[in-house]
Amino acid sequence: MSEPATGISRDDVVHLAGLARIDLSDAELDHLASELPAILEHVASVQEAAGDDVPAMSHPVPVDNVFREDVVRPSLAPEDALAGAPASDQQRFLVPKILGES
Amino acid sequence: MSTDLTRKTADELAQSLAAKEVSSVEVTQALVDRIGAVDGAVHAFLHVDAEGALATAADIDDRRAKGEQLSYLAGVPIAIKDVLATKGMPTTCGSKILEGWIPPYDATVTATIKAAGLPILGKTNMDEFAMGSSTEHSAYGPTHNPWDTTRIPGGSGGGSAAAVAAFEAPLAIGTDTGGSIRQPGALTGTVGVKPTYGGISRYGLVAMASSLDQAGPVTRTVLDAALLHELIAGHDPMDSTSIPDAVPPVVAAARRADVKGLKIGIVKELGGEGFQPGVEARFTEAVELLTSAGAEVVEVSIPSLKYALGAYYLVMPSEASSNLAKFDAMRYGVRVAPAGVDDPSAEQVMASSRDAGFGDEVKRRIILGTYALSSGYYDAYYGSAQKVRTVLARDFAAAFADVDVLVSPTSPTTAYPLGEKLDDPLAMYLGDVATIPANLVGIPGLSLPVGLADEDGLPVGLQFLAPQKADDRLYNAAAALERMLEQNWGGTLLSRAPELEAAR
Repeated sequence: MSEPATGISRDDVVHLAGLARIDLSDAELDHLASELPAILEHVASVQEAAGDDVPAMSHPVPVDNVFREDVVRPSLAPEDALAGAPASDQQRFLVPKILGES
Repeated sequence: MSTDLTRKTADELAQSLAAKEVSSVEVTQALVDRIGAVDGAVHAFLHVDAEGALATAADIDDRRAKGEQLSYLAGVPIAIKDVLATKGMPTTCGSKILEGWIPPYDATVTATIKAAGLPILGKTNMDEFAMGSSTEHSAYGPTHNPWDTTRIPGGSGGGSAAAVAAFEAPLAIGTDTGGSIRQPGALTGTVGVKPTYGGISRYGLVAMASSLDQAGPVTRTVLDAALLHELIAGHDPMDSTSIPDAVPPVVAAARRADVKGLKIGIVKELGGEGFQPGVEARFTEAVELLTSAGAEVVEVSIPSLKYALGAYYLVMPSEASSNLAKFDAMRYGVRVAPAGVDDPSAEQVMASSRDAGFGDEVKRRIILGTYALSSGYYDAYYGSAQKVRTVLARDFAAAFADVDVLVSPTSPTTAYPLGEKLDDPLAMYLGDVATIPANLVGIPGLSLPVGLADEDGLPVGLQFLAPQKADDRLYNAAAALERMLEQNWGGTLLSRAPELEAAR
């Protein structure tokens, strides 16, 4: 498959899906590979407005780190925190293996 | 009697409740009955809590009978968009990945509404994780526009807007990331307000794009929106982006409703090509009314608006791809094991769960956001988009140096048929061109119904924009225009909506 002008190929979409931790079907990968270049082409105009002298704005209001006193406060009870979990055991989230060991 | 109650505004209901002419149980029951009769055709709700709403109503009636001092809107029922956490009530964000999830805590907005004694009728339908402009991207099926049920209600808050337009709720809460309160407001003939960013707590709002998302009111009148706005606004220490300033006096502004001497700027770039003739016609007439009431109207230019849509469609998916990383099938949400894999790893389970749980539009935006944030492309895309926000903020500041408020049509078109733009994301994204700039720079916006387009008889909205923290200016100008329009129409626009067929 030829490389689109924006430089995003089907292989790139496969790589992005891996980064985003989404198993996409072949049909979904094909579809996104044909759609994303058009969307990216459309949004690429932002580069025209962005001179080196313009500061980036991440938030419409100034945001600072917010600290509080390190004191114990009421929080969710373990049973509430676990109530929506797909699986739990003895007040813990039960998850599939994380390391490559069985 | 019960049908009359569903048609009353929140302010009328509050007055009748205070005067004990009607009980909250009667009002709530009337709305529950209305939902039962028409929601099959509209599908505004994903979850209805008749029992809980009636229990709150009975409690408020009881407390009122005892002479307790109550909040002004106590006993007036409300619907809440399914993106806000409601303790003990399902919250799905219109997504399969959260099917059946019941939050163990309340969003601050929800907690405020509960504390003020407003019966919560239920949760309203939305595009999945608020990604969409038509409410067709809900995993639970689309909402239908009460004006014509073959058409979209707008999005992503189509459920909230449709519930208010279909007389299923006098008040609703929406959230607006790129126009998700204002655009459905325009398409359903309701009033929708995106407050100043940080003016209303975002704690417990399931985030799509944290620097853009803002909760706000959806109502049938400007005064009702002001009453709800003032109730839910204010500083929240649980939200680090919450503004620690006093709430603008929006209710007083809505009651003042006087545009004499007000300077109003028409945004040159938000009109003309791409805007439906019927939308332009109603907009022009509304501006003439404002002029006749003593406002001074001038044309202003915001040159960087041509970059706003591009900047939005980079910032939003970038933040969404990051925010939605928390849906990892470990602590909540659905967990789907990959097919044909023995003893799968957490990473494999995560990937298969996210494939099964997310819909097409969510996947599209996550992949787009992952690309825009990835090494080598960050400066060209996400970094440039953030610079556009700076340029846009400077342009808006220059415009507001000359005028008090800005106006434009809210949406370039009226409601289009369901399915028409579903396979063309770019076409759908263009529908947000007039609403997106306010989110990028954090200013407030209000959409007011200004009539019906000649070509299709569907509602048209006019958008007011004001500087940050000057939300009261929107309410003053919109209330003045609303008063003149309703005098001309001899009633509200929504009273002209076709009667919905009760479910048979």
